[in-house]
Amino acid sequence: MAKFRPKKKRLPVPKLEPRIAVISALMLTVMAVVAARLYYLQVIKNPEFSQLADRNRIRIRRLPAPRGLVFDSRHRPLVNSRPSFNAVFVPEDSDNLSQTIEKLQKLLGDDDIAGKVADAEHNGRAPYEPITVDENLDWQQVVALETHQLDLPGVGLEITPARHYLYGDLAAHLLGYVGEVSRNDLLRLSSYRMGDEIGKFGLERGWEPYLRGNPGGEEIEVDAVGRRLRVLREIPDQPGESVVLTLDLDVQEAAEQAMQGKNGALVAMDPNTGYIIAMVSHPAFDPNTFVGGITPTNWHKLITDPEHPLEDRVIQGIYPPGSTFKLVDSVAGMEEHTLTPETIYNCPGGMWYGGREYHCWRKGGHGRIALHRAIVSSCDVYFYNVGLHLGIDRLAHWAHLMGLGRRTGIALHGESAGIMPSSAWKKRTYHQPWYPAETLSVAIGQGYVAVTPIQMVQVVSEIANGGIRYKPQFVRYVEGLDGHIIKAYPPVVEARLHIDPDYLETIRDAMAGVVNSPWGTAHRVHLDNVTVCAKTGTAQVIGAGKAGVRSGEPEGEIPVKYRDHGWLVAFAPEDHPQIAVACVIEHGGHGGSSAGPVVHDVLQKFFQLYPPNAPRLVGEPETADMAAR
Amino acid sequence: MPLIDRRLLSYFDWTLFAIVLMLEGLGLLTVLSASYVPSAHRMDPLFVRQLIWIGVGTLLMAGAVLFDYRALVGYSYPLYVVAVLLLIGVEVIGHSSGGSRRWINLRLFKLEPSELAKIAVMFVMVRYFRLEPPPGGWGFRHLIIPFLLLGLPTALVLKQPDLGTAIVLVLITGTLLFVSGLNWRVMAALMVAGMLAAPLSWHYLKPYQRTRLVSFIDPQADPLGSGYHIIQSEIAIGGGGSWGKGFMKGTQARLNFLPEETTDFIFAVYAEEFGLAGSLLLLGLYACLVGRGLWIARHARDRFGSLLAIGITGMIFWQVAINMMMTTGMLPVVGIPLPMISYGGSSMLVTMAGMGLLISINARRHTF
Repeated sequence: MAKFRPKKKRLPVPKLEPRIAVISALMLTVMAVVAARLYYLQVIKNPEFSQLADRNRIRIRRLPAPRGLVFDSRHRPLVNSRPSFNAVFVPEDSDNLSQTIEKLQKLLGDDDIAGKVADAEHNGRAPYEPITVDENLDWQQVVALETHQLDLPGVGLEITPARHYLYGDLAAHLLGYVGEVSRNDLLRLSSYRMGDEIGKFGLERGWEPYLRGNPGGEEIEVDAVGRRLRVLREIPDQPGESVVLTLDLDVQEAAEQAMQGKNGALVAMDPNTGYIIAMVSHPAFDPNTFVGGITPTNWHKLITDPEHPLEDRVIQGIYPPGSTFKLVDSVAGMEEHTLTPETIYNCPGGMWYGGREYHCWRKGGHGRIALHRAIVSSCDVYFYNVGLHLGIDRLAHWAHLMGLGRRTGIALHGESAGIMPSSAWKKRTYHQPWYPAETLSVAIGQGYVAVTPIQMVQVVSEIANGGIRYKPQFVRYVEGLDGHIIKAYPPVVEARLHIDPDYLETIRDAMAGVVNSPWGTAHRVHLDNVTVCAKTGTAQVIGAGKAGVRSGEPEGEIPVKYRDHGWLVAFAPEDHPQIAVACVIEHGGHGGSSAGPVVHDVLQKFFQLYPPNAPRLVGEPETADMAAR
Repeated sequence: MPLIDRRLLSYFDWTLFAIVLMLEGLGLLTVLSASYVPSAHRMDPLFVRQLIWIGVGTLLMAGAVLFDYRALVGYSYPLYVVAVLLLIGVEVIGHSSGGSRRWINLRLFKLEPSELAKIAVMFVMVRYFRLEPPPGGWGFRHLIIPFLLLGLPTALVLKQPDLGTAIVLVLITGTLLFVSGLNWRVMAALMVAGMLAAPLSWHYLKPYQRTRLVSFIDPQADPLGSGYHIIQSEIAIGGGGSWGKGFMKGTQARLNFLPEETTDFIFAVYAEEFGLAGSLLLLGLYACLVGRGLWIARHARDRFGSLLAIGITGMIFWQVAINMMMTTGMLPVVGIPLPMISYGGSSMLVTMAGMGLLISINARRHTF
């Protein structure tokens, strides 16, 4: 073949042939390297790059599930979720940003939309990510936005489920409230994302795993600038499960009504199960104000309110039990055999002990009386003697058994244990021995002893039910979306106290006398068709003594903050108790006159709904069985 | 004498022609996919234009086949002058796009003189080195004129700025120098000088070229900025996997994550949709093309034809190599089209003319 003209003789003149071979080898090598690189990228690294490609193009938008409903014991809704209309704004879609924002502010009557947009940008909003500029729009605002749609490029409406408390502040402390998940919660809970709603307080907090449901979502395909192109996949949300309470809406409403204008707490419980029938803490708050984020002003108002509306007084309020503690004295005395129903002490209106006179509330005294009369008339001197014969430690032992000085374990956050002093307690706390004189104060529910209303309702329930300490519960069962019971809460027996039934009968009989006998202190809770048993108490406010206020002075002359707290604990009917109540009215003065009318209204309502001789709906064994199924 | 020499037809290289057509077909598909807009219900204008360029390019190729390449000895300097004048014209009346001034708007289409410069520089180099070198090969004094011929268009191209084309011009010249018989010692000296000059050239790089270099070394340093192109391109190619996501189903290109998806980064679009199988097919086609070109160089009738075949093959090869190494993250980002695949008329015409010349060289080895 004639190629170029090789001049073989003139070596080493380079010929083309070998150099073409070199260049061929070079080119082949480069191509082989490229092929190897392609194999590396497309085969070895493929899983990684596939994922990156998907992450590039897919954005996940979470759609919160409507939270579960909350029903009362008769399946009437207390809390539900309703659609909330929110205004959302995509700045990229607006041709004139400041003009659109200005129009939007005017239409919504909100001057801070520009600020919210700036905040969102500051917090690193992704392009085309909508900003929620206003939540919970009212009907007029929605209509205004709809009709001005054309003037508001980039503005849209978004509908999200919002928590709605149907009765406002009714049972607010028990129901609780929701709020945006906090940074700390996010670290703890992997299934939550920034901006999610979470139960913050009360039932909403405790039953969060059931109520929350599973948020749905949309996988949205976006382009390189983040513009939404289409929805790839929709994951439907799963609404939360419903919670059925043991609360009775009617009784709760009656209690709220009766507590109107008063500060304090009321709790009503079925003594046979521990199920809470009504639970009120006043002053209260409206959980609806927390929905969609509470405004800083409202929050400030709530936490700086001197009356502490956020405090759940039923479980967190600690008060001296006053004369209601005499029920504990009686149980302890008889069980320790230092007291019998026939034991007689003389009350001349006071007694000397340790060089000091201890008064009876009745200056004239009660004379020589036995236990029944001592409870009915709430004689202080009688119970000073009971306390002295018992000694603080035996008294503390029984008080502790009955649930004082310890948390009841109710499923609410922040419960207080109260204080039930003993000599060991004093040694531990003050490094001082117990002085017998201090027992006198404790015996009439003063001094170191401090209790919560939920503990007192437990004490009175034990007397009513024959000595069983039930754990207070307010959830009957959790109900799935199909109406199926997912989790039931059968009664929980915390302790069986093994108190002699005769002793309890004696106390119950005396408590009936408190309401019905002429010497009684709680005539205000009398019902015509039901025998109500009760015990009043008047708890001195700490500091009142120092301020020169003496118990028994006419109430009108004492400044409100030094007035006594009024207690009343009760159960009814006497023979087969269906309801136990504890009520404390702060600075209400005497328990019979302050707490009495409140408890009266609650009991009256309860027995209207559940007549004493008719089959009961609450706490009925067969319904409890049903719940356990 | 008949209009067409029969021998041209009987010795027509159908293999090479078939490879070229296959490459163009793949290119056309990829341009269609890369420029596809779901909302538009008509033929994409880019696709139609590319189709037209292929048609014109094929005519040009046919013309080049009929053309006796030996006549290029006479045409190479005039063509070189035209190319340099056009490059100067770019500076004066050029149309800029994407931060650089590379085109002259001729109403009907936008001419990219740097593409013409590739073939023009190659022609003058082939013309210069067509003579036998002296014993011991080309020395330094023989290189003065070629370096001047290379330097002028390279400087003009760098000014646009178009680093990629400048590199290709240098590589084409280097390849021809080497094959035509450069003295080994001179070659070694040039390479050492080049290596020493490399750090110095940093000062002459434009800021964007520097950031490209930095982001090549560490793309994650600025993933949304200068490293973006490399990362997105690698994601596209790597995401393609063995068999690809399927025609028109590449998300990286369709959702605009890829830059320059119809031109410099078209390989990423192709590799995402057709996977390793498609990538290797494409690479294989180029390997066949290059191999065929080198074969023609070895069997050419004369030294001029042989060098011309080397020049054309080198021009194709270096562009393919740099483009693929750039899109796969092996080289910094420099703007170089993938011959016959990337959208672009000037590149298409120049490449097709080169292919025609290759066929011509092959056919004419049997004629005298």
